[in-house]
Amino acid sequence: MAVCIAVIAKENYPLYIRSVPTQGELKFHYTVHTSLDVVEEKISGVGKALADQRELYLGLLYPTEDYKVYGYVTNSKVKFVIVVDSSNTSLRDNEIRSMFRKLHNSFTDVMCNPFYNPGDPIQSKAFDSIVSTMMVQAF
Amino acid sequence: MEPHEEKPIIYTMENKPIVTCAGDQNLFTSLYGSLTQQLPREPMEWRRSYGRAPKMIYLEANFVQFKEELLPKEGNKALLTFPFLHIYWTDCCDTEVYKASVKEDMQRWQAALRLHGSVDWLIAVVESDNKKKNKTNILPRTSIVDKIRNDFCNKQSDRCVSLCDPLKESSRSQESWSSFLTKLRTLLLMSFTRNLGRFEDDMRTLREKRTEPGWSFCDYFMVQEELAFVFEMLQQFEDALVQYDELDALFTQYVLNSGAGDGANWLGSFCAPVRSWNGLLLRRPIDMEKRDLIQRGEASLLDLRSYLFSRQCTLLIFLQRPWEVTARALELLHNCVQELRLLEVSVVSGALDCWVFLSCLEVLHRIEGCCDRSQLEANSSHTVGLWTYATEKLRSLGDLCGLVSENGPNSEDLNKTVDLLAGLGAERPETVNSPQSPYKKLKEALSSVEAFEKHYLELSHAAMEMYRAIGRLRSARLVGKSLAEFYMRKGDPQSAEDFLLDSLKSYVSESWSLPITHTRKQIAECQKQLQKMDEYLQTSALLASDTNLSDEERKHFCQEILTFASQTAEGKGQQKDACVALSMSSFTRLQELCFRPSSALVHVSAALLLELRLCSLMPVPVTLEHISASIHFTEEQPGSTAQKRAAQNPDSTVTFPTASPASASALELCEILENSPSDNALSSAGLACRNMHLLMRRNDSTSSLDTPNTALTALTLEDGAQMLRTSDVTLLPGNNSIVFTAPTQKPGVYTLRQLCATLGRVQFILPHLYPVVQYEVYSQEPQLSIQPLTEHLLAGLPQQVKFTILTGHYSVKKGDALQLSNTDSMPVLHSSTCSGRILSSSAELVSESALSIQSSEKVTSISLPVTPPYHTLEFLLDVLCHIPSCPARMESERLTNGQISHRTRSRTRFNSGMTVIDQKVSVDCPWSIYSTLVSLTFHVPFKVKHSLLSAGQRKFIQVCLQNVSDTNFRLTNQTLTENQHTPSLELLSLNTKSHSLVFRQQCVFSVWELRWSGVCPVSLHCEFSAAFAPADAPDAALKPYRYDFTLERVSTLLSVCADIRPAEGEQDCRTGALCRLEVCLTRLSEPSDSDEEYSDTDGLRTTRLLYEVIDNNSNWAVCGKSSGVVSMPVAAMATHKVHMEVMPLFAGHLPFPSIRVFKYLPHHSSPVIPPDTDSCVENDSLSLEEQAETASLRSRGSVQSLGSGESAQPRGPMPKRQAFGAGQVFNGTQGQQVLVLPAADHHLMEVNVT
Repeated sequence: MAVCIAVIAKENYPLYIRSVPTQGELKFHYTVHTSLDVVEEKISGVGKALADQRELYLGLLYPTEDYKVYGYVTNSKVKFVIVVDSSNTSLRDNEIRSMFRKLHNSFTDVMCNPFYNPGDPIQSKAFDSIVSTMMVQAF
Repeated sequence: MEPHEEKPIIYTMENKPIVTCAGDQNLFTSLYGSLTQQLPREPMEWRRSYGRAPKMIYLEANFVQFKEELLPKEGNKALLTFPFLHIYWTDCCDTEVYKASVKEDMQRWQAALRLHGSVDWLIAVVESDNKKKNKTNILPRTSIVDKIRNDFCNKQSDRCVSLCDPLKESSRSQESWSSFLTKLRTLLLMSFTRNLGRFEDDMRTLREKRTEPGWSFCDYFMVQEELAFVFEMLQQFEDALVQYDELDALFTQYVLNSGAGDGANWLGSFCAPVRSWNGLLLRRPIDMEKRDLIQRGEASLLDLRSYLFSRQCTLLIFLQRPWEVTARALELLHNCVQELRLLEVSVVSGALDCWVFLSCLEVLHRIEGCCDRSQLEANSSHTVGLWTYATEKLRSLGDLCGLVSENGPNSEDLNKTVDLLAGLGAERPETVNSPQSPYKKLKEALSSVEAFEKHYLELSHAAMEMYRAIGRLRSARLVGKSLAEFYMRKGDPQSAEDFLLDSLKSYVSESWSLPITHTRKQIAECQKQLQKMDEYLQTSALLASDTNLSDEERKHFCQEILTFASQTAEGKGQQKDACVALSMSSFTRLQELCFRPSSALVHVSAALLLELRLCSLMPVPVTLEHISASIHFTEEQPGSTAQKRAAQNPDSTVTFPTASPASASALELCEILENSPSDNALSSAGLACRNMHLLMRRNDSTSSLDTPNTALTALTLEDGAQMLRTSDVTLLPGNNSIVFTAPTQKPGVYTLRQLCATLGRVQFILPHLYPVVQYEVYSQEPQLSIQPLTEHLLAGLPQQVKFTILTGHYSVKKGDALQLSNTDSMPVLHSSTCSGRILSSSAELVSESALSIQSSEKVTSISLPVTPPYHTLEFLLDVLCHIPSCPARMESERLTNGQISHRTRSRTRFNSGMTVIDQKVSVDCPWSIYSTLVSLTFHVPFKVKHSLLSAGQRKFIQVCLQNVSDTNFRLTNQTLTENQHTPSLELLSLNTKSHSLVFRQQCVFSVWELRWSGVCPVSLHCEFSAAFAPADAPDAALKPYRYDFTLERVSTLLSVCADIRPAEGEQDCRTGALCRLEVCLTRLSEPSDSDEEYSDTDGLRTTRLLYEVIDNNSNWAVCGKSSGVVSMPVAAMATHKVHMEVMPLFAGHLPFPSIRVFKYLPHHSSPVIPPDTDSCVENDSLSLEEQAETASLRSRGSVQSLGSGESAQPRGPMPKRQAFGAGQVFNGTQGQQVLVLPAADHHLMEVNVT
């Protein structure tokens, strides 16, 4: 399960970022922000390879000693980043993919809300609860 | 022979599959060179079991002398030392020799092989011509080979090959070599397949036993590695790598299972405390030390991982995949750290850091060793991770060993350092001579603070450079940030600041609030140490307003500002600037600005309040000395009136946009509608983007970043001459409202430019207010206007008019008065209770006071109450406009003040039917030396017509009074008087005495009989008068109305009577039958001298008359002559009869055809005197009734020609006719009818039904 889930706008500012409260929130902000480097690298790389254009999942962005950072980018260039604890080895690529898919679906619902102003921070309860199901439960 | 014979086990890549050679050693030695040379020359296809893809493989072999001990003993799994093929060499061509010794030797060899179960053997028989020549008598050469085949190769004839003249350069020799080599290769491959297959089976069996107790990973490791070695030996690196990857995965799985609580016993040995952390060793193909440790089961986890990775690394480099090495290295290092944590292996703190650091550098060195520089630079994205990791680890080592501090390490730190260095052991022999070895670097870095700094900076900069080079700016800045933290720990804020600001830039530009806050806090600390007060205060302000911080922190930073602000300038003598300018955006957020009055448009010196609503972002109440807004003033443009502008901005509340990351790039769209200029129809509609210039701006990575420090330079306070200023404002946290009083001394446009809040030495400045806030001050000349209260002012009745004075910039003083010039036609009716209302500019009633009005002969003076400027003074006044008795006879009147005479003109508007009187009023105002002329328009409510009616000799005067206004009137006391007071004349009223009501748009008729005795007066001047008042008004309100008119030629001269009789012998007139019309003209009185023209014929005075019979209704057909001229004697009662034939066209009571009489003027007579216009107008209605349509209305009453078509022609010597005056001819046939019966015959009759 994830320790941090972030949704980042096309312009690279955070729309939503939530991390497990037991660990430093700030650290995750730095981690997610830095991961945008790799996301951008991968997006521009994807542009070149036409075959991969429809693949939204960017895979492992970069590992650190403690965390693995995975990325996903929607067609409108909204980025999803999921940070997983390195010690959590039970998570396979497929599970990460399905987490992203779930996140994307919920995000689409948020965008469909006529009262949501695109570009504003996400404050949807439904989205929050979907994220909660994917997060490591606080002890 | 083989030089490696003494050292059979060599774990280098020079390893080759072993092939033993038995038999004639000298023979083999002679062939050895060509054999080793030619064997790898051609590839062979290797078909493999388990569906693995076949491979082309180049074979090499290590030929060693056959010894029985080389054959593997039972249970020995070693593959590297396994002889895959055994060859027996012989050049025996003598049967005797063969039988005597060679065969025996071969049998011995075969027995040895059979004993060890080896079936991979080959017998090579070398034939040479030299030997054949020597022994020609001997058996043919094939016989030896056949013999051998017979003796040894039952069913396996291919196990024996012959090689012809191997040392000669003949085609036969080459052919023989080629087939020999093919055989050799095939057999080798067969051996590989068989032996490796068997090995793999064994290995798999062993692996399946891994759940059994006592199974040892290390043993298994050795087995599978053996396979890997063989693949490597066969140059099948891919397959070799697979073996290691499988081992890797197997081990990883065990560690994970152990973490999940399912630990294997053998894993215990790997959980031993880590005692050595000397890093990876990648310079040897095989690290035998570690391999031995594994073999002995004494390896630690790090040993195993290191060894495994070194093997993988070697193979990957063979495979030309160095970048996979770096990726795998990073993964390995992360993984090892995790695994040690998972297995709870006790590690000296810092030991892992050492291990990781050394490993990173070792990997990088290894990669650098096999790639050139350009390749490295192009692939720095693969290596940068290792660089960063190494940097991080060195940093944490430095922290641990007290190397990152101002004071240097203490004794405890030193002890730790010693422990760590001990774990490194001695430097490996491979790198002893290399001055830049990771080992030396680490030792040096840990040896002193300076050396540490040098190495740390070197690594950090290298990592940052690489990140920059590959465009990972965020990562580069993160490294920079930790470098900044390092500098801060070292007490070098100067170096730290740039890095911090750089990273802040990227967080701000992308709105990452938490990193912003954190970085700002660090910057604040840094700036405080650097004594950069301006910047520090700015950062403090930002932090104090940062909601990500706790209240205590915010209060702390707020207090920093307050403390600084309260310090006096002298207290900090070295400070060059007494004031510090900070950006206001960090301090407050503007919300709304509104004006009172909301139009933001006031007159000069009026009170204009400006309310600024803002949200204080500070955590505590802040008392500002003052808040001021500088103003840019623009003179009022001439021609732009205040009223026009007032219409433009009905409400000027300005709402400031809230800054959010999304809104920065949102499109501001507005609708654009374009109307075509000709018909104002919509010609195009569209949307326009108002902030296109912002959106289309090139989004540079640096220019878009808006750090407060760059903004600071622009924070210069404009010294505006005018300011809005409020002092001693306490801003509470949250929403506040500040009220400014705006200066309004001069007319013009005031634009708010900057906002500045002063707090002691600190000024918070908002350099630009957006959207633009402005207000206008206008100046106005005093104005007087007089307006009617009703829609129309009616003449003749007292009417109320409203005087409105807009004082403008003039203030009405005590004693100021309006002077109204009196005119006779319009007196001012003033009552004592006339009160004026004073209204403020916003139309609120200020006061009400009585006005005193004094009237002299010429002037009415209205003294005005004291009224301040820009107020409105209103009062009502009654005026009365006299109705001129004869509208056409208005005389020009002089104004009493002797100015240019203005005529009160009257004009008739035919459309409304009202006569209009424009009355000018001249008013002298106290503010001007010139008189103001005000025009009032009055409407005459009545229209009067008179007519003279005759009945034979009797005369009647009818007056018709039409109410053309919309008011109902009461009319009373209608009288008609004759002005000349002719004694014999009497006017007898035939009207009712009572009041009559005249409703709007209705008429009242009054009739008088005119009686006289003696001679009838030629003309009469009459005056009609009546009193009128609105229908609901009391009698006192009755006003007189007069109407003058003149009647000419009153008496009747001629009487016309006629009779229509049926034709002779007929009883009645019938349609279609001719009837006789007899017209009888009778002169009733002698005309006055001038009235008619006489002609004297035969001594008898006659006048000539023209008669005319016309039937306009087509009732009659006049047969024969319808007109004629008769001479009428000028004598009373002279009669003239005329007969005519007329035929009725219809049956019924038909009116008589009209008979008209004119004066006949022969052509020689003098020119026609133009008729009096007055009588024309007055007789209008009469002549209309009597005259035929042939006479045009426009030439009414004037001379009419006989033919209508001739009227336009110039007058020639033609006879003329002239009409009589209205009362001069009495026509008795008017209204007379005659009965006409339908035609008697019974012929067809035409009936028109219309």
